[in-house]
Amino acid sequence: MFGRIARPVTLAALAGALTMGTAAAQTNVKIGILGDRSGAYSDISGEGSVVAAKLAVEDFKPEQHGLKVEIVSADHQNKPDVGAAIARQWYDRDAVDMITDGVTSSVALAISQVTKEKNKVFVDTGAGTADLTGPQCTPNTIHWVYDTVALANGTGGAMVKRGGNTWFFLTADYVFGQTLQRDTSAVIAKNGGKVVGSVKTPFPTSDFSSFLLQAQGSGAKVIGLANAGTDTINSIKQAGEFGITEGGQALAGLLVFSSDVHSLGTKVAQGLVLTEPFYWDLNDQTRAFSDRFAKQMKGGSKPTANHAGVYSDVLHYLKAVAELKSTADGAATVAKMKAMPTDDPLFGKGVIRADGRKIHDMYLFEVKKPAESKGEWDLYKKLETIPGDQVFRPLNEGNCPLVKG
Amino acid sequence: MTTIFGVPTQALFGQLLLGLINGSFYAILSLGLAIIFGLLNIINFAHGALYMMGAFVAWMLLTYFGLGYWWALGLAPLVVGAFGIVLERVLIARLYKLDHLYGLLLTFGLALIIQGLFRNQYGVSGLPYAIPAELSGGQRLPFMFLPNYRAWVVVASLTVCIATWLVIEKTKLGAYLRAATENPTLVQAFGVNVPLFLTLTYGFGVALAGFAGVLAAPIYSVNPNMGADIIIVVFAVVVIGGMGSIIGSVITGFALGLVEGLTKVFYPEASATVIFVIMVLVLLVKPAGLFGRTA
Repeated sequence: MFGRIARPVTLAALAGALTMGTAAAQTNVKIGILGDRSGAYSDISGEGSVVAAKLAVEDFKPEQHGLKVEIVSADHQNKPDVGAAIARQWYDRDAVDMITDGVTSSVALAISQVTKEKNKVFVDTGAGTADLTGPQCTPNTIHWVYDTVALANGTGGAMVKRGGNTWFFLTADYVFGQTLQRDTSAVIAKNGGKVVGSVKTPFPTSDFSSFLLQAQGSGAKVIGLANAGTDTINSIKQAGEFGITEGGQALAGLLVFSSDVHSLGTKVAQGLVLTEPFYWDLNDQTRAFSDRFAKQMKGGSKPTANHAGVYSDVLHYLKAVAELKSTADGAATVAKMKAMPTDDPLFGKGVIRADGRKIHDMYLFEVKKPAESKGEWDLYKKLETIPGDQVFRPLNEGNCPLVKG
Repeated sequence: MTTIFGVPTQALFGQLLLGLINGSFYAILSLGLAIIFGLLNIINFAHGALYMMGAFVAWMLLTYFGLGYWWALGLAPLVVGAFGIVLERVLIARLYKLDHLYGLLLTFGLALIIQGLFRNQYGVSGLPYAIPAELSGGQRLPFMFLPNYRAWVVVASLTVCIATWLVIEKTKLGAYLRAATENPTLVQAFGVNVPLFLTLTYGFGVALAGFAGVLAAPIYSVNPNMGADIIIVVFAVVVIGGMGSIIGSVITGFALGLVEGLTKVFYPEASATVIFVIMVLVLLVKPAGLFGRTA
């Protein structure tokens, strides 16, 4: 799979060497989109992230800021060892300055460590684990879109307030599922609810019937789906088949992307409550971006929150590099990014905290009924806006070594 | 309430039934593989991709032609079977005289290509395919809620498996087939068109995969990776049952579905690996598989 990595490096280096000799120095910037291009998360990440990054570069107009930007992409196959190896090769050999996307928590943690070692920049949009800005935070990593704590506070908090005070978890058996269950359990306990059981499901799983039956037998009011991508799609689809919701139990999709709901269709997914920081139909600016995005995607699909995150972080990264006029020191670039407030058409105004957590509002959505939906991508209605300072974990509770002192 | 190792017996019955349902998919897929291996000596790694194609053909029939589930159940296996026949004639037939390894590599490559094409066109999230109205809803059994559709899956797959077995073991056609694999030259000398037999066998074997794909479409999300997820397990089933053993593959398919179902109750983390552990044990004790004949 290494063959997929675009390698116009020598040319770029040559061009760089030539331009360096000439008058006003132009800064070369190389951005690597490292995501899942063929597996369970490739609709959330994949080609859409590359399209989003290109749109960001287009909007930034790098030539006006003395930058020359190149984008490369690769498939980490949701495997931490593959992700770390590509990151290492990119930094060492291919002169990549910054990696983004990084879907899949286990892979993200691996990329984050390599990035720190090489003093480059990693802005993660796709992974969930809040440990990226917790015990495993680094001066070179920013976590952009969402995390397990925010999802727990959003969906978990909302479900308990609606009376869902007993929970059973279906948990994807790797770092993401486990942190999501841990963080949601904390929110449930804080709001006076109780977790009555959980089952760890291998990742990925196609048949959830057995686990759903165990959840049904537990009598819990809420079945928490601590999984993502096709796992979530299959568990929701099969929950309908086994009459889970008709039996009075509610499903809580703790991480659901609009592409998942689109795949399920509103008939199956209706009534599902979920938390996302972005939806294509939020306002005029998100709609305009989504139209441009859809034109470049096969099948005209709308951007997910992850794609929006890639657009937004590439824009902010380029702003920081334009000010510094250098990409040499990754930690310094990240420090600059933290010092500058963020502002873009998709997430609005925000800040990046000392621990690397990007702060913006999140939204509680409910999936529309088929009768309310006016088109195949008309999926959500907004229930609530959860302010950024409430939905993310407080700075002093994450045990991030950068925050102490 | 009576319990077994802390699990209520009632819940256990439910899990066993679910195991049987999953076993139906294993049985019908491993049956196709066993027929193809037994008669053609081809390790058909494209089987998973053709199973996925079956589900996609069902979706296409509904979306582009408005033909529902029952039409798909009949037509999709024909389409997949016809596609298989083309593959066999154009590519696979050239490999019969070579080592198994070449067939394996060719079909594995084909699987990757087919999956890649579908992934490129339809993405991985999957496409919605509803349970047919006649089979929606379910029965409230004393120990569980059994969706009607799942019950239908077991019935349909058992019927197809038994019918196939009967045709191969009890009819004249089946006898020709078995003879043709034993000694093709001699059978050809009696005036039987052996290459045609092999082509039709491959077509039938992959049509079974297409049939399983249609059965799976309403349960799982119809997505390009669905075959890749299941095919490795099915190969383990075939190896455990004994390569080429028709009845062995069916019995092992259902039995391993049950074992997997039980693992999901007692130690769910291992449910993705239990079949491979069994495979290792069987290979150590009985290298030809449980029902295999040693050459």
